[in-house]
Amino acid sequence: MPAKIVADGIRKSYANGNGTLPVIAGIDLAVADGEFVAIVGPSGCGKTTLLNILAGFDRPDVGSVKVDGAVRGGPSRKGIVISQRGSVFPWLTVEQNMYFGLNGHDPDRKSRADHYLGLVGLRGFERGYAHELSGGMLKRVELARALVVRPEILYMDEPFSALDALTSLRTRIEVLRILDQERHTCVLITHDVEEAIHMADRIIVLSPRPATIQAIFDVPLSRPRDLASREAATLKAAVLREFGL
Amino acid sequence: MLKRAIPALAVVLLLVGVWWICVVATHSPIFPTPLAVVTATLELLRDGTLWDHIGASLFRVAAGFLIAVLVAVPLGLWMGWVQGAFRTFNPIVQLLRPISPIAWIPIAILWFGVGDASPIFLIFLSSVFPLVVQTVTGVHTIERQYLRAAENFGVSRRKLFVQVVIPAALPQIIVGMRIALGVAWLVVVAAEMIALHSGLGYLIIDSRNAGNRYDLVVAGMVIIGVTGLLLDTMMRRMEGLRAVRWRYAR
Ligand SMILES: Nc1ncnc2c1ncn2[C@@H]1O[C@H](COP(=O)(O)OP(=O)(O)O)[C@@H](O)[C@H]1O
Ligand SMILES: [Mg+2]
Repeated sequence: MPAKIVADGIRKSYANGNGTLPVIAGIDLAVADGEFVAIVGPSGCGKTTLLNILAGFDRPDVGSVKVDGAVRGGPSRKGIVISQRGSVFPWLTVEQNMYFGLNGHDPDRKSRADHYLGLVGLRGFERGYAHELSGGMLKRVELARALVVRPEILYMDEPFSALDALTSLRTRIEVLRILDQERHTCVLITHDVEEAIHMADRIIVLSPRPATIQAIFDVPLSRPRDLASREAATLKAAVLREFGL
Repeated sequence: MLKRAIPALAVVLLLVGVWWICVVATHSPIFPTPLAVVTATLELLRDGTLWDHIGASLFRVAAGFLIAVLVAVPLGLWMGWVQGAFRTFNPIVQLLRPISPIAWIPIAILWFGVGDASPIFLIFLSSVFPLVVQTVTGVHTIERQYLRAAENFGVSRRKLFVQVVIPAALPQIIVGMRIALGVAWLVVVAAEMIALHSGLGYLIIDSRNAGNRYDLVVAGMVIIGVTGLLLDTMMRRMEGLRAVRWRYAR
């Protein structure tokens, strides 16, 4: 399969009080077209920074990111970020949020928005506002708003970490079901090893800051995945060992 | 609703009671009792002058305030969004802002005479700066993830402004409008005391000058207070709009 995203020798430091703080210390990474890659690492190791660079919101000091073979200039609607903090516009209704990325003159606008709201199980909430929805519903709105513009890549930054365990699991299952119908290349940032095993084809473990790639695991489990299976447990133990646990 | 108003009403009644007792106890020949103030208000209502004064003051406030909104909101959005505009205009805004509109009265008379234009100008001056400042703050405090999402979808500049920047800043703009209208009301009365021949400020000064009618003076004060309260209540209703409730709900 051709590589969709290629990161080559990425380095990044931030200026802080008394000098520079190296955050990413050389990362090479290739994500195949249609592949689901999870990037796990300890808190503060530089995961969000790496994702921002991959998605074009931040520039590396050294190295480059290519998408479909072309050097990434800035963010584009080809790859939509599901942010850690949530970015459903609270001043717009769910429906207006769905329309945000679409052309106002598109005659299919309504049916497309309807389709994706149905897909995430939120039909009937079109007129609702963010503060009237639960955390899990908000995540699903954000996902639907991303999917409706038909992005080729989804960048997800700890999208489930603000949800309670049960809602998180339920939302994950739902996202996997949707991704099964539509082909996307996915990059998922997480600090939850189980979440990575549940969703990804490949798991990349980052070292503590400054981040480098410490280990890579393939996830050979068939879908839908049974997290209680022995293979899953063995893999989880192997990944956790990378964290020194 | 009514039940919640009881403590507030009780405080008002208590104050009126204390006022009444003080006037009676000190045998003041000039300071009016609450009853005298009510009688004076009824007198003003009967001869129709009260509505003229209120109308005159409200007209000046409305005119000055609306001009201020038309100037301050676009200017504030521009200053908030464009760094260069902020650097260019913020110093002059901060320099003019602390000058009390009262200090402008002589200049207002010089430029606009003693007609309606003077107080309208003063109202404008008093409203425009707080509104600019709040609008700029509104734009500066837009949370980054929203701007990023907008950038991610690659929308036009127009859409970015209409659907993100303006609605995101709107709660702050409404706060600014509330502050601005409060100051405007404060200033119109002060301006009318000095320069004009109608309005609630004029009513107060004229009542004192024409025979120490302190019952009318206090009646004027009470009416100013009540009208100010009504104006603020009206502005507050804007905070209940569905599209801005996200900001105040916290
Ligand atoms: N814009 C920035 N300026 C300065 N330091 C930053 C900035 N963004 C992130 N950092 C620092 O970089 C490190 C990694 O941050 P981040 O990528 O958010 O980590 P993670 O997402 O893995 O928790 C942290 O120590 C953080 O303080
Ligand atoms: Mg992070």
